[in-house]
Amino acid sequence: MMKSLLPQSQLRRSSVATAARSAAGGDGSAADGGGGAGAGAKAPASSTFWFLLHALCCLISLFLGFRFSRLLFFLLFSTTALYHSTTSSSSAAVLRATTTTTTTTTTTTTTTNTFTLSFAAANPPPSNPANRTALEAAAAGADKGGTSGNPQSHVVVGRHGIRIRPWPHPDPVEVMRAHQIMERVQEEQRRWYGVKEPRQVLVVTPTYSRAFQALHLTGLLHSLRNVPYPLTWIVVEAGGSTNATASLLARSGLTFVHIPFPDRMPHEWADRHATENRMRIHALRAIRERKMDGVVVFADDSNVHSMELFDEVQKVQWMGAVSVGILAHTGTAEQPRLSEEEKQNMPLPVQGPACNSSGHLAGWHTFNSLPFSGKTATVVGEAAPVLPKGLEWAGFVLNSRMLWKDAEGKPDWVKDLDAVGENGEEIENPLNLLNDPSSVEPLGNCGKKVLLWWLRVEARADSKFPQGWVIEPPLDVVVPAKRTPWPETTTELPSELLEDKQEQDDRRLSRANKSSRPRSTTKRQGKEN
Amino acid sequence: MGKGSARALALALAVLLACSDVAVVTAQDTERIEGSAGDVLEDNPVGRLKVYIYDLPSKYNKKLLKKDPRCLNHMFAAEIFMHRFLLSSVVRTFNPEEADWFYTPVYTTCDLTPSGLPLPFKSPRMMRSAIQLIATNWPYWNRSEGADHFFVTPHDFGACFHYQEEKAIGRGILPLLQRATLVQTFGQKNHVCLKDGSITIPPFAPPQKMQTHLIPADTPRSIFVYFRGLFYDTGNDPEGGYYARGARASVWENFKNNPLFDISTDHPPTYYEDMQRSVFCLCPLGWAPWSPRLVEAVVFGCIPVIIADDIVLPFADAIPWEDIGVFVAEEDVPRLDSILTSIPTDVILRKQRLLANPSMKQAMLFPQPAQPGDAFHQILNGLARKLPHGDNVFLKPGERILNWTAGPPGDLKPW
Repeated sequence: MMKSLLPQSQLRRSSVATAARSAAGGDGSAADGGGGAGAGAKAPASSTFWFLLHALCCLISLFLGFRFSRLLFFLLFSTTALYHSTTSSSSAAVLRATTTTTTTTTTTTTTTNTFTLSFAAANPPPSNPANRTALEAAAAGADKGGTSGNPQSHVVVGRHGIRIRPWPHPDPVEVMRAHQIMERVQEEQRRWYGVKEPRQVLVVTPTYSRAFQALHLTGLLHSLRNVPYPLTWIVVEAGGSTNATASLLARSGLTFVHIPFPDRMPHEWADRHATENRMRIHALRAIRERKMDGVVVFADDSNVHSMELFDEVQKVQWMGAVSVGILAHTGTAEQPRLSEEEKQNMPLPVQGPACNSSGHLAGWHTFNSLPFSGKTATVVGEAAPVLPKGLEWAGFVLNSRMLWKDAEGKPDWVKDLDAVGENGEEIENPLNLLNDPSSVEPLGNCGKKVLLWWLRVEARADSKFPQGWVIEPPLDVVVPAKRTPWPETTTELPSELLEDKQEQDDRRLSRANKSSRPRSTTKRQGKEN
Repeated sequence: MGKGSARALALALAVLLACSDVAVVTAQDTERIEGSAGDVLEDNPVGRLKVYIYDLPSKYNKKLLKKDPRCLNHMFAAEIFMHRFLLSSVVRTFNPEEADWFYTPVYTTCDLTPSGLPLPFKSPRMMRSAIQLIATNWPYWNRSEGADHFFVTPHDFGACFHYQEEKAIGRGILPLLQRATLVQTFGQKNHVCLKDGSITIPPFAPPQKMQTHLIPADTPRSIFVYFRGLFYDTGNDPEGGYYARGARASVWENFKNNPLFDISTDHPPTYYEDMQRSVFCLCPLGWAPWSPRLVEAVVFGCIPVIIADDIVLPFADAIPWEDIGVFVAEEDVPRLDSILTSIPTDVILRKQRLLANPSMKQAMLFPQPAQPGDAFHQILNGLARKLPHGDNVFLKPGERILNWTAGPPGDLKPW
């Protein structure tokens, strides 16, 4: 019964829809119509039924013309052919088949009727291939020529349905499985084409407690977490180790060595450079003492490193140099006015090895600080460009065995670490660790690829920041918002998990947060007790 | 003295073992490819067969090419490059009496529309005219009625010479070619246009163009399924359901919202690079079951997912396609994501190892100049495997099998 009701509603919908479309010539998808009528025709034949059917067809033909009734008769005699032999697929599959009656009259437009057939019931597939080809044959206009010529082949030429499953959206379990497959494939790729024996990466970072320390260390931390090689992070902290840094390192999930450095970090950039150099040497001595094995990378906490850097440094034999992009950020609103000529001649802000045509190290490309002369920052946190002094450590990588007292194959152009810095001389850059700086290996396609960026961004030395970035109460200014989504009277937060004291603190916190709304014009001062 | 030679033998053996050991442990793990005909991908056809090339007037080949040099760049350029390869090949012989195979250089697909698509309407007449020429000027056609001759017919449906499948089936293979060996790109089981004993070849894809787009091999494969191409051919199939037997439309409708499937009709400039970053590349049928995507997928190491029922893939006896690609029936397309994600990981890795085998990639290409193991040599290997000729190849005197007047009357007109 439902089936017979359904076609009529479908027909009414279809009559309006297809009437509009028939003039344009159907394009493969139209309202449902014929199938229902065809199914309805299976009712037992009685004269009244046929009369009613005829009347219905006449009514519909008024809208659609002769074509519809032809289609109806066609469907009446070939309903079994609608079910393709593919019912072996899942019963939930919905087949959307399109049929066309191509008129042989002079009109050239065609109407298309789409019908959906659900295979919930087990409809027997047609065993007679002639019926199947009849459907396509009528559509294709050829009779016996529909099949590929051989009775054993089931590949039929002509019109086929477009199979769409009922819920064509990804299945999360399958998506997870696909990602597992891709991970395994990528692991295999690394095994075939990547580094054969990955060496440990020893990252040396000098740091000290200041406002921007958490910013810089967090950024570096995330970069290091993504390195696919075993890694040890050697953090040297000026002014002794602080709890804040220690907890940040502990939360990082990386293997780290936290080394305190007794001197405090000075406020002048020149002195700061010198102190950092001494901290790095201190770290190298620690590596030597602990006989750590791997590739030493000098990662300053404010620098940004690409992942390719860590892939590239695996290739170093003893000492390598990479290209560093020097970002001399101006820090002021005033940009220096440069003439066109100056702009043309602006040198590349890159420090790195320069190669000759045969790919050997020919010299160094350093950052040209002439355009900035006189306008550089002297004090940390000053709003002026901070420039590197000479060659930066960040552009060099070492094999840690170079630092050991005795290592196999250690070349003689490497100075012993103990002999360095003995007389209090400044270690400007790692080349001072060598007797012969020409043996440095240029990495990153001979310096053509910039693998990391050098940046110095700091706040003023006296900037206040909450210790460990945890806000300790109390806060003194409380400015409630003008309008809140929750009623002002009830100040209880829905957090019964907190103790009472904590509850009060949180209330104060929430009030403080609300105070940042721009619309509040009345300032009500007061303390909550 | 015996001891000395025994020691030398042992040394030689040890060296040999060491060498083979080294050969096995290469930079990347590859697997040897063995098809149903055995480990024949790297066979050298030189010395196993002799080919005689008929000297046809240039109206059958050179003049056509001169009129439209675009014939060298389209997918059917294999017929031209095969001719050029054979002209300078070692297997060529100038003495037809000692030839095992006879080649007729007629470029039947070199009749292009302004937009570059080949028109097959004159091809039957061209072929017929060429065969008449060789039958009258040389005795070798008549003594076997073409059974020891081979022709390169790379068009959509091979020697049926039509681009529309129904019309191609209606025409059937050109009657004069019914005894010859056909070297064609089309292959579908139990199809009129694929006769027994044909050699299926890959479509022509320009090797230099693919070489220039290679990316570093350690770039991780992060796209799961990749496809670029049409899903609906609104120009030729406005109603839908004819093009690709509805399979491409089904792929689109089922997987357009699936983030694992990177499918669209775009023409990105990074098409080749993207294939190298994909694990699976779809190779569904279009108007014909074959496509150059298979060649591209093999060259770029992307596992081909072949959606074409009953297709016969190139060099099917030399290359075990079942082990290398994934075959999905057209009716199973809605479940494509389940099928692909349920393949065990070690099977996928094995397929990638097979694809990484350089002889596999070589076999799919037509490089200029020819290199050992490439598609030209695979064709010759295929021809060599059919030797020696059977008893039914050479006709008894007075025996006639071919019907020279068969076929549609339009074909009988001279060209």
